Amino acid sequence: MTTILSIKDLRKSYADGFEALKGVSLEIEQGEILALLGPNGAGKTTLISTICGITTPTSGAVTVGGHDIQTDFRAARRMIGLVPQEIALEPFEKVWNTVRLSRGLFGLSRNDERIEDILRKLSLWEKRKNAIKELSGGMKRRVMIAKALSHEPRVLFLDEPTAGVDVELRKDMWEIVAELKRSGVTIILTTHYIEEAEAIADRVGVIDKGELLLVQDKDTLMAQMGKKHLEVMLTEPIQSIPDSLAAHNLELNGSGDALVYTYDTNADRTGITALLNDVAQAGLVLRDVQTRQSSLEEIFVNLVSGEPA
Amino acid sequence: MNWSAIAAIYRFEMARFFRTLAQSFLSPVLSTSLYFVVFGTAIGSRIQEVDGVSYGAFIVPGLIMLSVVLLAISNASFGIYFPKFLGTIYELLSAPVNFIEIVIGYVGAAATKALFVGVVILVTASFFVDLRIQHPIAMAAFLILTCLSFSLLGFIIGIWASNFEQMSLVPQLVVTPLIFLGGTFYSISMLPPVWQTVTLFNPVVYLISGFRWSFYGMADVPIGLSLLAILLFTGLCLGIIGWIFKTGWRIRS
Repeated sequence: MTTILSIKDLRKSYADGFEALKGVSLEIEQGEILALLGPNGAGKTTLISTICGITTPTSGAVTVGGHDIQTDFRAARRMIGLVPQEIALEPFEKVWNTVRLSRGLFGLSRNDERIEDILRKLSLWEKRKNAIKELSGGMKRRVMIAKALSHEPRVLFLDEPTAGVDVELRKDMWEIVAELKRSGVTIILTTHYIEEAEAIADRVGVIDKGELLLVQDKDTLMAQMGKKHLEVMLTEPIQSIPDSLAAHNLELNGSGDALVYTYDTNADRTGITALLNDVAQAGLVLRDVQTRQSSLEEIFVNLVSGEPA
Repeated sequence: MNWSAIAAIYRFEMARFFRTLAQSFLSPVLSTSLYFVVFGTAIGSRIQEVDGVSYGAFIVPGLIMLSVVLLAISNASFGIYFPKFLGTIYELLSAPVNFIEIVIGYVGAAATKALFVGVVILVTASFFVDLRIQHPIAMAAFLILTCLSFSLLGFIIGIWASNFEQMSLVPQLVVTPLIFLGGTFYSISMLPPVWQTVTLFNPVVYLISGFRWSFYGMADVPIGLSLLAILLFTGLCLGIIGWIFKTGWRIRS
């Protein structure tokens, strides 16, 4: 595999002393899809903005296809397509002209067939003569993607691409991403949706407080995702877990009125039936039962902090 | 040079102009006509001639400069401020373009629009007064240089501005008074000696004087000085823009 994007000790500090990136290092292989997860303000957008040239890094090095983003910015940026989180389009301009502008800005000659192809794939062809202000939010999001694809990028950044879009568009997006991957495009996306990372990512990275906590293969991640918590709430608090329930790997919550059972949803037997039987046998009276699945971010942040997910 | 990017920016900016072509055309025609009715007729009846030129014809260069300067500033400031306001500047900053290409695209389009309006005013004025242009090449050069230099100033204002109010601050509070006091409607030789000296500190005097010279061969200040003034102004604006893009002031965090 060839490394297409290399980030070495990338730092970004602002005048007020805030460190948005604290030495991020990452290598991304050509043709892979990396999903970046992290809470709001974690540094995901700053990382993308710095690579794309919108924000100037304080220190560190980034190369795209071997081209340094500062000393060889033209060659580096030509390879990059960016779909930012916020929809930013000139409202009075037509769809066609808006997309055409992007292709021109990146130094490519006019190619109406290419733009037509992109607009058709994004279901925008019928809207090509419409002004941007006449489009729905979902359509505007498609225009943002069309602009990023118009200059045939080799590396595509999608910053929260499906935030606030309907299910249909999300599915369309995943199909587009899959097709781009087939054509060899490397994709880095930020997302809050577990199913999005599950559906399309090869690797998942977690960033928090400007630090890349870890980057992990999706399959390993999904093994973590298979775990679920069953909370058995009791009518009366107990001091400790009865010995007859020791085999069930239970935890008692802080107030002693709930037993937390962690199980694997992918396993043939979850052990829930046996647990509930044994709880009844132990003479404990149930008040309520509920299940909770750890979020992707929760799992990784907790893994790193050493706390259970 | 990324000529494709320059063309793309220029074309995109000109599209905004063509969307409102009727307004772009009618507005200067109407305002020029009004100036002739108000200033040409009312004041012209009292001032018959200035240095052998009818008052109506005398004010034409100043009228053109008035509109061209203000339009160049507003076109260019709006052109770069709007992407900042909408957030579309992300694309400009992430594209393989340098500041020279961005400036050529935006300033070129703003200057073209201002030039168009200047020509419209010139043609409109020819219906009201007997115009003669003694130095057509110098006239064209002055007009184009004015369009370019004040578009550069507008570009700086557009980058500096944080809101729409700030965009109109400089044109309204600084540039318009300077133009009105810069000999648009009178020759500075008509002023008392003290005010003549004070007026020479107004840079617009050199602009209007030089432009008027290209029409009628008469000038308040030597033509070489006028040319030097506008070239210095252009150089200063270019220097500021170069610094802006080098430091990323107000555009890149």
